[in-house]
Amino acid sequence: MLKDITLGQYFPGDTPVHRLDPRTKLLLTVFYIIALFTVGSWGGYALCIAALGAVMTVSHIRPGALLRGLKPLVFIIVFTAALNLFFTTGDDYLFRWRSIKISYAGLERAAAMVLRILLLVSGTFLLTYTTSPLAITDGLERLLSPLKKLHVPVYELSLMMCIALRFIPLLIEETDRIMSAQKARGADLETGTLPERARALMPLLIPLFVSSFRRADELALAMECRCYNGGEGRTRMKQLHMAGRDAVAFCLGGALMAGILLLRRLGI
Amino acid sequence: MDPVIRVENVTYSYPDSDRPALDGVTLDVARGSFVAVLGSNGSGKSTFAKHLNAILLPAAGRVLVDELDTAKEDDLLAIRRRVGMVFQNPDNQIVANVVEDDVAFAPENMGVEPAEIRRRVDGALKQVGMYDFRLHAPHLLSGGQKQRVAIAGVLAMEPEVLVLDEPTAMLDPKGRREVVSTVEALCRDRGITVILITHHMDEAARADRVIVMDRGRVALDGTPAEVFPQADRLRALDLTVPETTDLILRLNAAGMALPTGALTVEACAAAIGEALA
Repeated sequence: MLKDITLGQYFPGDTPVHRLDPRTKLLLTVFYIIALFTVGSWGGYALCIAALGAVMTVSHIRPGALLRGLKPLVFIIVFTAALNLFFTTGDDYLFRWRSIKISYAGLERAAAMVLRILLLVSGTFLLTYTTSPLAITDGLERLLSPLKKLHVPVYELSLMMCIALRFIPLLIEETDRIMSAQKARGADLETGTLPERARALMPLLIPLFVSSFRRADELALAMECRCYNGGEGRTRMKQLHMAGRDAVAFCLGGALMAGILLLRRLGI
Repeated sequence: MDPVIRVENVTYSYPDSDRPALDGVTLDVARGSFVAVLGSNGSGKSTFAKHLNAILLPAAGRVLVDELDTAKEDDLLAIRRRVGMVFQNPDNQIVANVVEDDVAFAPENMGVEPAEIRRRVDGALKQVGMYDFRLHAPHLLSGGQKQRVAIAGVLAMEPEVLVLDEPTAMLDPKGRREVVSTVEALCRDRGITVILITHHMDEAARADRVIVMDRGRVALDGTPAEVFPQADRLRALDLTVPETTDLILRLNAAGMALPTGALTVEACAAAIGEALA
């Protein structure tokens, strides 16, 4: 059951979007987020939706996959919408009943906020859907490498991320195993009040922690045996190369930004 | 003999123990040989293995790898590069979540050129028969496959010596066969010195030399054909005897005169067939 959990799910593929350098995709995602916050008109949102749709078409990501990813966010979206809907004051009221009132301005603002959240999350999902976690880690490391001059341990951070990603499936497997073992001894993990169930988790967490520490110990030893001695003097097998398509992607990103600013100026 | 490793009178105790884990061990390992180290739990065989690439340093005596003293801190990386180490649990020694990236870890640490790393990674994966799996995620592989990836990860350093500390203890019979044949082929075809720590007699029977350890000392040392017929001695050390040797010894006790050096099933069957003919 725990095996179904996915973190930053990646759909392997061989489309132009998949082949883009991870640095390009990371930078463009940041760019896209900034663009989203400069949107000042409905035309701008339409442009963002069109851009998102274009990327989805090129990368063969189905809308269903995106919607499934958005499901856990339903609460936040509804909450944001309600907050904006009820607490925005305006001149014209659509609906008034005692102290509950909904203004046209509130409706517009709620719609814009929901759209913004949806577009923001969908955009970052497209990044993780089309870029393997390792490529993202790699791209981040290269992008942050100027920080090495400020003694930020960029390589160590990216290695930590890489190892965490590697051990997530192992820990999930182990949790499953410990759960089965505790259930076989009569542990009740599914019923009872919340505090009772939280207490029932202890026999699960303690063995998990102990074994994680043992794993970490063994892994550190194995890494040392393979000549690990920090990030200094390290080389990489896979070199990242910016290609023509990355330039094209940057141009398209720039065009999106320009379009949004233009529509904002025109007020469309 | 051209020794690649020389162990001279090494003694070692763990901090929380009053009995030494290694108690005056002296031996040489010939270059290109396949050595099996046997012993019951607590015999010091794992401690011995950890001395070979300077994970542990001797309290007294010294260990020389290609004439480099493991106690010298400056030579640490040179020693680790020469003596690769594979551990029991394959899951806890794989670093990356793609097979080929994991194999590249050691040469990347050593600062090898990218093109050369690629060559080594492909070569190492081919040597252990995992090249077709190079883009797989390790957690989707079987135990034997994972352990072969771990071996490839060490081979990418191009070591002189491969030390394996009970590499088959967590594997099913099929995985065990895969790993032992891989290791044997590395020794026979590539000339890599193999030191296999194990408690499986059938694995040890394939080695050139068997060292049996007991309470931190070398109890028996010789070819499998010399060591295994000493059944009483082995049983006294809480070890079993390979089934073939056991059969031959019992037949001999019943009045037959079979050669005790027939260790493989085929050799054993041939010896019995000859005696019956």
